[in-house]
Amino acid sequence: MDALPSLHKHGSSMASNSSGGGSDRQRIAQQRLRIIAGHLRRPVDVDSTILAAECKAQDSKTDVSSEGKTVPRRRQEIMKWNGWGYSDTKFLFNKKGQAEFTGKRYKLSGMIMPALKDWLEDTFGTNLQHKSPATPILTSSAVQPPTLNEAFVEELKSTGIPFSHDAEDRVFRAHGHCLHEIFALREGKVGRVPDLVVWPNCHNDVVRIVELACKHNVCLIPYGGGTSVSSGLECPPEETRSIVSLDTSQMSRILWIDEKNLTAHMEAGIVGQDLERLLNESGYCTGHEPDSMEFSSLGGWVATRASGMKKNIYGNIEDLVIRVKMVTPQGVIEKSCLGPRMSTGPDIHHFIMGSEGTLGVVTEVTMKIRPMPEYQKYGSVVFPNFEQGVACLREVAKQRCAPASIRLMDNEQFKFGHALKPQVSSMFTSFLDGLKTFYITKFKGFDPNCLCVATLLFEGHREKVLQHEKQVYDIAAQFGGLAAGEDNGQRGYMLTFVIAYLRDLGMDYYVIGESFETSVPWDRVLDICRNVKLRIIQECKDKGVQFQPLASCRATQTYDSGACVYFYFAFNYRGLSDPVHVFEEVEHAAREEILANGGSLSHHHGVGKLRKEWMREAVSNVGMGMLKSVKDYVDPNNIFGNRNLL
Amino acid sequence: AACRTLYFHNPMLKKRDDFEDVLEERRNSSDLRYALRCYTPVLYKGVPPCKSSMLKSMVLQSDQLHYVISQVSKETGRKTDEVQEEASAILDEMAHCQQLSTVRFFAFTLSKVFKSLFRSICVNEEGIQRLQQAIQEHPVVLLPSHRSYMDFLLMSYLLYTYDLTLPVIAAGMDFMGMKFVGEMLRMSGAFFIRRSFGGDKLYWAVFSEYVKTMLKNGFAPVEFFLEGTRSRTSKSLTPKLGLLNIAMDPFLKGEVFDVSVVPVSISYERILEETLYARELLGIPKPKESTSGLFKARKVLSEDYGSIHVYFGQPVSVRSLAEGRVNRRQFNLVPRHIPGKPGEDIHSFVNDSAYKLVRAQEENMVLKPWVLLASLLLQNQAAGPKEGLPLDELTAQAVWLRDLSRQYGAFLHWPDQMTPSEVVSSSLSLHRGLVRICEGKVQLADPHSAATPEEKLLNQAVIVLSCASYRNQALHVFLRPALLASAIHTASSTQKQEVFNSFSFLRNMFSNEFILCPGATVQDFEEASYLLVKTGAVQVSQQEVVVTEGGHRTLAFLIAMLDPFLQGYQVVCRFLCEEATETLTEKQFIPAVRKFIIKHLLAGGLRYAEVLSSDLQKNSLAAFLRLGAVQKIKGVHQGTLKVNKVMVNSLEDTLGKKRALCYAPGGNRLRFLSNKSQMCLFV
Repeated sequence: MDALPSLHKHGSSMASNSSGGGSDRQRIAQQRLRIIAGHLRRPVDVDSTILAAECKAQDSKTDVSSEGKTVPRRRQEIMKWNGWGYSDTKFLFNKKGQAEFTGKRYKLSGMIMPALKDWLEDTFGTNLQHKSPATPILTSSAVQPPTLNEAFVEELKSTGIPFSHDAEDRVFRAHGHCLHEIFALREGKVGRVPDLVVWPNCHNDVVRIVELACKHNVCLIPYGGGTSVSSGLECPPEETRSIVSLDTSQMSRILWIDEKNLTAHMEAGIVGQDLERLLNESGYCTGHEPDSMEFSSLGGWVATRASGMKKNIYGNIEDLVIRVKMVTPQGVIEKSCLGPRMSTGPDIHHFIMGSEGTLGVVTEVTMKIRPMPEYQKYGSVVFPNFEQGVACLREVAKQRCAPASIRLMDNEQFKFGHALKPQVSSMFTSFLDGLKTFYITKFKGFDPNCLCVATLLFEGHREKVLQHEKQVYDIAAQFGGLAAGEDNGQRGYMLTFVIAYLRDLGMDYYVIGESFETSVPWDRVLDICRNVKLRIIQECKDKGVQFQPLASCRATQTYDSGACVYFYFAFNYRGLSDPVHVFEEVEHAAREEILANGGSLSHHHGVGKLRKEWMREAVSNVGMGMLKSVKDYVDPNNIFGNRNLL
Repeated sequence: AACRTLYFHNPMLKKRDDFEDVLEERRNSSDLRYALRCYTPVLYKGVPPCKSSMLKSMVLQSDQLHYVISQVSKETGRKTDEVQEEASAILDEMAHCQQLSTVRFFAFTLSKVFKSLFRSICVNEEGIQRLQQAIQEHPVVLLPSHRSYMDFLLMSYLLYTYDLTLPVIAAGMDFMGMKFVGEMLRMSGAFFIRRSFGGDKLYWAVFSEYVKTMLKNGFAPVEFFLEGTRSRTSKSLTPKLGLLNIAMDPFLKGEVFDVSVVPVSISYERILEETLYARELLGIPKPKESTSGLFKARKVLSEDYGSIHVYFGQPVSVRSLAEGRVNRRQFNLVPRHIPGKPGEDIHSFVNDSAYKLVRAQEENMVLKPWVLLASLLLQNQAAGPKEGLPLDELTAQAVWLRDLSRQYGAFLHWPDQMTPSEVVSSSLSLHRGLVRICEGKVQLADPHSAATPEEKLLNQAVIVLSCASYRNQALHVFLRPALLASAIHTASSTQKQEVFNSFSFLRNMFSNEFILCPGATVQDFEEASYLLVKTGAVQVSQQEVVVTEGGHRTLAFLIAMLDPFLQGYQVVCRFLCEEATETLTEKQFIPAVRKFIIKHLLAGGLRYAEVLSSDLQKNSLAAFLRLGAVQKIKGVHQGTLKVNKVMVNSLEDTLGKKRALCYAPGGNRLRFLSNKSQMCLFV
C-alpha cells in the first residue's frame, strides 16, 4: 500500500539528467538503472529472463533466495523492525552534535546537515540532552504465542508453500507506519499479531491458500509493502480465529511486456522500485511513482487507489490499470479482455480498487506502460506567499499545462527544506546561496516568513519540455513567482523521502509526527490549509502540549477541479503522560476540520480502520449498503477479516 | 441546552474584573495632546486598516455580488451595468469612511463632553487586554448593549483611548437624517443600513458582503447592536439575528478559522434619554433625529449623570459555540458565492447564540444601589396609597435586597466604604427628579399640577416608567427565581410537577418580554430552584416545592417584581375580550389598548401605571400571536387581528384571576385554581 512519504527516487537521481539533453533512450535507461541500483544495499544482478518467468508454483523451489530480490522473505534482514526503511539508513547526531544521514543508499547518505539541529531545536524546542530512545531489540516474550489452526497448517504444509510462525516475521506484518504503531514498537509493545505468515509464489498458490482458509475458517490479511498509514494492517483485536498474513512480496515477476499495445503484466507483489527498474531495462516505465514506491507494492496500490506524483502525465492507478486478477472466497474475479475501455455495467475494477484487502488478494495486474521520457528537468519557483502560489497552481491547472509534477510547499516546509541542506562544499556555492537569498528577500522584498516554493518536474521531449517550462514560468510570473533554480526543485522532492526517516530521529528526541492528506475543490484550498493548521495548533494547546507544534502543508497534486493537499504535523511531547492519545485526538480533530472544510476523507491513503468512522457520512447510507452487500456476497464468512473500510 | 453551560453555576463564584476610571487621566492632562497623540493599534495578523475606496471595490468585485447582480438583472430584465451601478450607489450610501482626523476630533470633544456629564467612566482593563489579544488572533465582533445614543461614540472613544483598532459600526439609517452629524459619524467609522429592506436581494447582498469583507480580511472589528435598537425600558431586547447571521457566516463557511464575539455591557447610572424614553413608551412620539435637536439637548450638559461602567466581556469563540451544534459540511456542496437561506439548524444555532450573548451582556451589567431603591419604591407605591417609605426603613430594605441580589449573582456596585444610609441618600440625590422626600419619607416624585386627570396620570406614568427602567436593570438577576416564585404562587398544589407546569407556562408567556433562552425551560427551572434553595427560601424535594418560614419575604418581593407584567398581560387579555372589534388592526392595537388602560387606571381598578408602557403591550400581543390566541388575518382584511376569546380568557385565568389582591406576607398562600388540563394546553 502506498502511503508514507518515503524515498522519491528522483530525489536522489536526476541531478545530472536534466543537463543531459541527448535523446539516447538507452543511455538514460542505464543511467537510471545505475542510480536506482545505488539505492540498494547490494547491486542487483539483473536477470532478464525474469521477464518471461512463469508461475511454476508447485514445482519451483519455494525458498526463493532473497539475493535477487529487493524484498526478502525475512524483511528484518534489511529493514528496521520499529522504524522506517532500511536498517543501514538513518539520521543521527554525530559526536560533534551535527546531524548526519548514514548509509550509502541515497544521495544524501553520508552527508552532514549542519542546519538540522538548530531547526529541530527552534521548531520543536528539542534538546539533544533529552533523549527518548527506542527499545533496541524485540523480545519474543512480548509477542503472544501463535493461535494456530492445526488442520489448516497441516494442509498448507502439504502444498509446499513456505510459511512461518516466527515471532519477528509475525510482528513485522502486524503494522503499517501510523505513528501509534511505530510508537508502540519503539516501546517494545506488541498487540495482536498474525499467527502465521505465508509467502505464496504465484497466483495459483494464492488460490490454494484462500481455498484452505475458507475450508478451515481462517482469517486472511493480505500484506504487500507494509507502508499502510491507515491502520489497515492492524489485526482486529476482537478476531478470535487464527490470523494468517498473506505476504505477496515473493510474487514479484513481470510476466510479459507487450510493446505493441504498451502494456505489461505483473505479479501484484512487485514493489515500485523493482517495477520501474525492470521496465526501464526494456526502455519503459509505468510512471506511477507514489512517495512510498521503494517499498509499496503494485497490489497495494490497486487495493488502496494509489496516486503517483507524476499522475499529470501518467494518471493515477485507476487510469493505469487495464486488467486485474483478484482471488476471493467466491473464486477469481477478472475481466475477459484487454480492451482499453468498456461499457459493461459498473466497472468491476472499482470494487477491487480501494477494497483494502476486504474482498480478496490482488494477484496479477495488466498495466499501461510508456516509453521512458527522453528528458527530465527539475525546476522551482519562489512566491511571495502561499496565496499567490495556490493561485498560480490553479491557473496552471486551468490551462491544463501542469508539468509531470508540481508541488507547492508552505513557508514551514520551505524552512524545513533549508534545514536539510547538506554542508556546502565550496565557498563559491555558499556565496551564490547568499546572493540568491539577498536577491529574493532584499531586492524583491519577499518576507522570508511568508514566501513559499513550488517544485516542478518536467518530462518528455527536450524541445517540448523547454517550451512547457517557459509556459509554466510565464504563468508563475503573473503571480509574482520567481524562478528559483533546479537545485531547489530537486531538493524539494528529496524532502519527501527524507521526512519518513526523519520521523525516527524526531522520535529519539520526544518529537512525534505524522502526515495526512485530502483532496479539496480549488476555491477551498487556502481555507482548508489555514483552518487545519490552526486547528492543529489550537488542539495541541487545548490538550496540554507544552511546545508549539509544527503544522505545515503542501499542495501535491493538481486536478481540473481541485487539488490534493498534504498536511504534516509534529510536536514535542515532553511532559505528556499519554502522548499517543493526545496525538490521536489532535489527528482526529484535524480530520474533522478537513471534512468541515470540504476536504475528502482521503485522496490516496485509504480509509483502513483509522478513518472508518467517517465512511458512512462520506458515501451515504445507500453507498455503504452497496459496499456491504458486495462484501456479503464475495466474502460471506469474512475470511478477509482485516475489517478495513466498512 | 444552550444556556446551561454558561449559567448553571454558583453565581457567588463569579469572578469579575476591577474597573479603572478613564476620565481621571483626562481631568489631569491635556485633551488636545490626548487627541493628537500617536495612535498605533495592534492589528489582526498585521493587516493594516483598509482604505474605504479599496473596501468598496473589493465588495463590488466579489463573486457573491456578481452573482446576485446577474440574478437581479435576469429577473428584472435590467442591464447588468445598471444593476451594478445601483449596487455601487447602495454601497456609497452605506459605507463608512473612517478618518483618523475625525476620530481625533471626537476624542477631543467627547473628552470635554464626558467630563462635564459624567463623574467617571469605568472600564475593566482586563477586558481590554483580552480584547487586544482577541483582535490579534481572529476577526472580532463587538456587541455592546444598547441603552443610549452615547453607546457607540463611547465604544469608539474607549478603543481609541486604549490604542485598539477602531471598530466599524452598523448604524441605523435614521442618523443619516442628521446631515452634518451623519457624515461625522461616517468618518468616525459608522456605516449606515436601512431599517428594513425585506425583499431587496441586491441591498442584502451588498450589505452582507460589505460586513463579511471587513470580517474575513480582519480590517477592523465590526460593531453592532444585537438588540437592534436602543432599549427604552433598560430590559434587554429580544436579539435580532440578521447581522449575527452575517458575522458568523465566514466561520461557518470556513473562510476564517474563528470569529471572536465580545459582548460589552454598558451601564449608565443615569440614562441621558431617561424621560425621553418614558414619554415615547407612553405614546408621545420620538423626535426625529436632527442636528438642531441635538443642540437643544445641550441643557443636559449641565446635569450630573453619575458614572458609566463599561465591562468588556470574555471573548466568545464562534467556533466553540458551533462545536457539536452545527454540521459545517452542509456548506460544502454548493459554491459559497451563491446566497442561500440558512437552514433550520443554523437559524436555531444563531438564535441560541444570540440569547447566550445577550445574557452575557446582562450578566456583566453593573447595577447601582439606585436600581435596588427604584425596585423597592415601585413596589411600595403599588402596595397602596401610602405616605412613602421612611428613609431608615428604605435603607434597611435596601441592605436586605443588596444581600439577596448578591446571592443571586448580581454585579452590584455598592460602595462598601460608605454607610448604607450614605449610599441611599447619595443615590436619591442623583435621581432627585424621580423621588420626593417629605418628612423623612421617600416616595416617587409627584407630577406637577395638571389640567386633566388623564394628563396627571400620564405625568405620573412618566415618573413610574423612568423608575421602572432602573428596576428593569436588575430584572435579569431576579427573573428566574421570580418566575418560580410566581409559579409556586399560582400552582394548584405544591407538587413539583404542578409548580413546574406553572413555571413553564409563565416562562412561555413571557418569552417575548424577557431574555429567556428558547428551549431552556428545564435549565431555567433548575437554576431558579437552585437559587431559591440556596437562599433558604424554598425547599425542593423529589415531589414537592415548599416555601420555608423565612422564605416568605423573598417570595413576596419576587412576586411583586413580576406582578406588573402579570397584570399588564391580564389587562391586555381583558381588552382583547371586551373591546377588540372585528376590524381592529395591528396598527390600531396600541392606541386602543392604551385608551382602555387609561380608563381602568382612572377608575382605580388597576394599580400599575407602568402597564401603559407600549413595550409591554407590544410584547404581550407578540406573545398572544405566538401562542395562537390572536391571529393576523391575511388576505382582504390585511393586518386585522382575530381574537380567539376562549383562549384569551383562559390565558387570563391561568395568569391568575383577580390577582389585584395582594400577597399576604407570612399568611396563607392564596391559591388560584386553574383548570389543570387548560394549563397543559399552554405549557
